[in-house]
Amino acid sequence: MVDSKQQWKAWLYLAPAIVLLLVFTVWPIINTVRMSLLENYSGLQATAGAQFQFGLGNFLKVVRYRQFTQCLKNTCILCFLTVPISTILALLIAVALNSIKFLQKGLQTIFFLPYVTNSIAIGMVFAAMFNIVGSFYGTENELIVTAGIINNVIEFFGGTHINWINYGSSYAANIFVMVVYIVWNALPFKILVLLGGLQGINKQYYEAAKVDGTPRRRVFTKITVPLLSPMLAYVVITGFIGGFKEYTSIVGIFGETMGPPDAAKRLNTMVGFIYDSLSSNSQGRASAAALILFAIILVVTLINNQVSKKRVHY
Amino acid sequence: MKVVLQNLTKIFPSRDKKAGKEVVAVNDFNFEIPDGKLIGLLGPSGCGKSTTLYMISGLQKPTSGKIFFGDDDVTELSTENRGIGLVFQNYALYPHMTVQQNILFPLQNLKGADKLSKEEMQERAYNAAKLVQIEELMDRKPSELSGGQQQRVAIARALVKMPRVLLLDEPLSNLDARLRLQTREEIRRIQKETGITTVFVTHDQEEAMSISDMIVVMKLGVLQQIGKPQDVYDDPANLFVAKFLGTPPINVLEGKIQGGKVYIGQEAVLEVSGAEDQDVVIGIRPEGFELAETGALHCNLVNVEVMGRDVSIVSHHPASQNASIRSIINADHKTSVGGQIVRYDLKPHKVFLFNKETEERIRCEVK
Repeated sequence: MVDSKQQWKAWLYLAPAIVLLLVFTVWPIINTVRMSLLENYSGLQATAGAQFQFGLGNFLKVVRYRQFTQCLKNTCILCFLTVPISTILALLIAVALNSIKFLQKGLQTIFFLPYVTNSIAIGMVFAAMFNIVGSFYGTENELIVTAGIINNVIEFFGGTHINWINYGSSYAANIFVMVVYIVWNALPFKILVLLGGLQGINKQYYEAAKVDGTPRRRVFTKITVPLLSPMLAYVVITGFIGGFKEYTSIVGIFGETMGPPDAAKRLNTMVGFIYDSLSSNSQGRASAAALILFAIILVVTLINNQVSKKRVHY
Repeated sequence: MKVVLQNLTKIFPSRDKKAGKEVVAVNDFNFEIPDGKLIGLLGPSGCGKSTTLYMISGLQKPTSGKIFFGDDDVTELSTENRGIGLVFQNYALYPHMTVQQNILFPLQNLKGADKLSKEEMQERAYNAAKLVQIEELMDRKPSELSGGQQQRVAIARALVKMPRVLLLDEPLSNLDARLRLQTREEIRRIQKETGITTVFVTHDQEEAMSISDMIVVMKLGVLQQIGKPQDVYDDPANLFVAKFLGTPPINVLEGKIQGGKVYIGQEAVLEVSGAEDQDVVIGIRPEGFELAETGALHCNLVNVEVMGRDVSIVSHHPASQNASIRSIINADHKTSVGGQIVRYDLKPHKVFLFNKETEERIRCEVK
């Protein structure tokens, strides 16, 4: 314990951090709660001196929006598809990387590239890959020329091209492209964490397993995965938190229309909904949506924690 | 199951490709480990004893030479097919499994004809646990056990498959002094009860001497001497072995053989026959000194340490290679040591003569 006479010094040293936290974290959170509880709160009108009633109207409004239901659905679908897929892929890649010596550093760098690349830029590249040139902004009757590399490959093997993201594309195709993109984007961080975890596992466990003639699959499921479980829990929890805040990736591929030209906003997400509310000057509604998103993430994280209590070996 | 090592050699390539030399960890080893015995591989760190153990286990491949278990050549056989149990220095217990799961793990790997039913596995795991006296701890995790208990679990896990050969890598090095004494007796008991040929590695000579049927002394990858602990102690092949065995260590002095007498400095301490005149290195065990008023060896007294059962006298001699000479005298004789000079007679069978250049033992009769 610090001597009580010296305590003011401790507070002095903490002051810069505390002030910044109060201004940029604590106050905004309090303000968000306040705005969400004021009926139809709008920043513009508030500045003009308008008074707002206290109530839960913002929350009701948000929940009743059809757009909100769509956003929630999109977010959940993307989250529950991409987090397991990317975690499993990252685990397999990390284990494979860890077991080779030749080219390990080089491959590690390549796998890490998406992490240091702007996700909008990556999105545009993906959009080009899944593209069918000639109809992106066009109409139904426009001549369609296959140009995206994915469709070229499909046609090379004798398949018919698929309208992934262009005018008239299906919701399933859109979601498929998003899943591929988000998984690819999420891999490097997960590989890095899991590879670090793998390299921290004592090699003698593997030697002991070898002496006992343990088959490879059993070594993986009974030794590697349990010993890696703290890292796995970490990437899954952060993966879900990140997944519920998905937004940039959609913009990266579809632009601000958040969907193909004929179905704008079809792929909008929770964060997208919040931004939309803000841009229409409905801070009350945006705050309510933000708190709902917060509650969802909290519940999912609590569930994750409960599961990991049983499954994770620290 | 006897284990035979034939011209066993292990060469590690140099790490630094340009400058470094390759390292010969084990150099042309030949010895036979008799069936059902406990063998201690003994040497200072870096002498190749662990490498030898790992080659017997199959985790490392010998550069040349052969390994036989009984009459089977196992040199090319992979680890899991050799039927060995290995206890690692830090035990390598799976931290996420209970004691029982750890012991069951090797059994669950068995396939085909060897496959056991659940009940058989449980029973064998229980028997192994009982042998090492940890049957009460079956539901604990390794982190909830003491070092000694973890060691026992590791031994149980190695024994549960009923291996042909049990290998222990520095089994006692992670235990505190008290547990070490207890555990080494325990290892001896378990080995006697199971009758499994056991090889263990240690750098602690006391540990090796106290429980082994035979010790193998190594230095820089070269075998120095094999034998029963007492035989090796009483009859070391060279200066290294003499220095390595025994606590307190042997006293080493410079001297010479001249005209049938052994001289330390100007003092003729013993008579010798069958050796040419030459400069020699003389090794005297601490218990090889006898206080005598007319003793030939004069030393400058430094200190007398009373240990109850016996007395340890620390003294100086100009010819000594050690910082001081330590002798152990039975405390039964109420000997009083006083003054500056202490005088000794030497017991001939506790004195060894070594060639000054080669440090090999000079075989001759000392009287």
